[in-house]
Amino acid sequence: MRQVVIVSGKGGTGKTTVAASLAALAGRAVIADCDVEASNMPLLLHPDVGERRDFKTRRAEIDPESCLRCGLCVEECRFDAISDFKVDPVKCEGCGVCAYICPTGAARLRPRVSGYLYVSETRFGPLCHADLLPGESNSGRLVSLVRERARAVAVERGLDLILIDGAPGIGCPVIASVTGVDLGVIVTEPSMSGLHDMERALSLLRHFRVPPLVAINKYDLNPEMAERIRAFCADRGVEVAAMIPFDTAVVEAMLRGLTIVEYEPECGVSGEIRELWRAVQELL
Amino acid sequence: MEVRIAVASGKGGTGKTTVAVNLALSIGAAQLLDCDVEAPNVHLLLHPRGVESKPIYVKVPRIIEDRCNYCGRCAEACNFNAIFVARDQIILFEELCHGCGLCAKICPQKAIVEEEKVVGFVKWGWAGEMKLIWGELGIGEPSPEPVIEAVKSRMDEGGTAIIDVAPGTSCPVVSAVYGSDFCILVAEPTPFGLHDLRQMIGVLRRLGIPMAVVINKAGLGDRGVYEYCEDEGIPILMEIPFDRRIAELYSRGIPFVQEMPEWRMRFQEIMEAVRGMMG
Repeated sequence: MRQVVIVSGKGGTGKTTVAASLAALAGRAVIADCDVEASNMPLLLHPDVGERRDFKTRRAEIDPESCLRCGLCVEECRFDAISDFKVDPVKCEGCGVCAYICPTGAARLRPRVSGYLYVSETRFGPLCHADLLPGESNSGRLVSLVRERARAVAVERGLDLILIDGAPGIGCPVIASVTGVDLGVIVTEPSMSGLHDMERALSLLRHFRVPPLVAINKYDLNPEMAERIRAFCADRGVEVAAMIPFDTAVVEAMLRGLTIVEYEPECGVSGEIRELWRAVQELL
Repeated sequence: MEVRIAVASGKGGTGKTTVAVNLALSIGAAQLLDCDVEAPNVHLLLHPRGVESKPIYVKVPRIIEDRCNYCGRCAEACNFNAIFVARDQIILFEELCHGCGLCAKICPQKAIVEEEKVVGFVKWGWAGEMKLIWGELGIGEPSPEPVIEAVKSRMDEGGTAIIDVAPGTSCPVVSAVYGSDFCILVAEPTPFGLHDLRQMIGVLRRLGIPMAVVINKAGLGDRGVYEYCEDEGIPILMEIPFDRRIAELYSRGIPFVQEMPEWRMRFQEIMEAVRGMMG
């Protein structure tokens, strides 16, 4: 089984546009939307939800009746989540230190639903996706569950490719999306920020020993900067597999809930994404 | 008057940094904080001088294998599944560890000790009169919160502070917006933009932070975001059109109010509107 992840560092560079198009070109793949905080793949793939599971996390609670107000929990909480002997559910990470040290058992962990995990059917194959409820934590663990489910679905259906749409950034949900994958596609854009954040994404992939491939999206908004990114990649032996032009057809496709390769297969964007898909297949 | 204004969006790449930087420059904000420590970009646009930096430490467990008898209590207690214990083997998954310290407390053999580790840096410098504070999360580090907290703790008392927030809707976003007096949401008028804006509005409502929207790349997309804001009674402060010149200035790392000064007044006006809404 092969796994390909789409990442970017910087947000809004076009990860989902590229990932959904790759899913359309792949045909036989399990798609895993691992941007659980801003899950946009369903807007293009219109999933028919077959299975929904609760994603449960735990949060501390303090029972005021049995609380001695000794202050041990306040002192030991590393997340500054307890004040005035009340737990701030937004700051609490559910580690359980307070429950462990509380001499009277007044502090306890209670499970609650923090999100949902789905397995759905789409026109390009099964989609594993999730919604983390606003303001909840543990997105990394939810991403790991999405990937676990995607692997199980791949085995059940005899599919040997998993396409993962990652989150922006380089923190826990992104780390959970890239560990153990065979190839990382970085979608960047020709700006100072795009270059800077791509560098960080490249370092992250290297850190987890994931071979990288780069696609420069909307390259013609600043061809000079695109060239700089290309040179930067060349210096490091990283292949730039696609130079995707800016085209408002991408937004038009999104408004119709279609991938760009379906909406306008002959446009420059679709052509470059096909190039990217060829490079991905070659490297796999 | 001291005011803290967060600039957030849910979706990445909608123009948070553009709005935060141009707003801060236009109103002469005392401080600008970049709390997107996974992908900090504000300093790329403002070229701060006199930059200083400080490492951020967190506590992480270290296992002393000689003392460990593989009883497994640490693995059982860890709520983040960061420790795996087999018959004669113990493995710590650092990227899952939140540094809560429970394993060290629970270990009957005292085989787990805590050590300090650098997880990133907080940096600060000056762009003219404005103090710029930003953070950088180390590569491979899972938790940006300690770095975000360090950025916020370097904030001086008094004056207006603008806080640039990471995309998403979970812990790093909550840490960054927590304690803000107001939040400006930067939205892109597309289906993706609307979906992620709704998520972010959910976060702000939970935290009780008042909000208003700036629409960026207006002209692309559809009316969904406008209709949603109207239904929800969330004011739209301003529209920034999709304009190749603005996009190009951003790509070169230039805040667009520096080249298009007519926008300064418009940012000053939205600041007045925000003050009005805060009462």
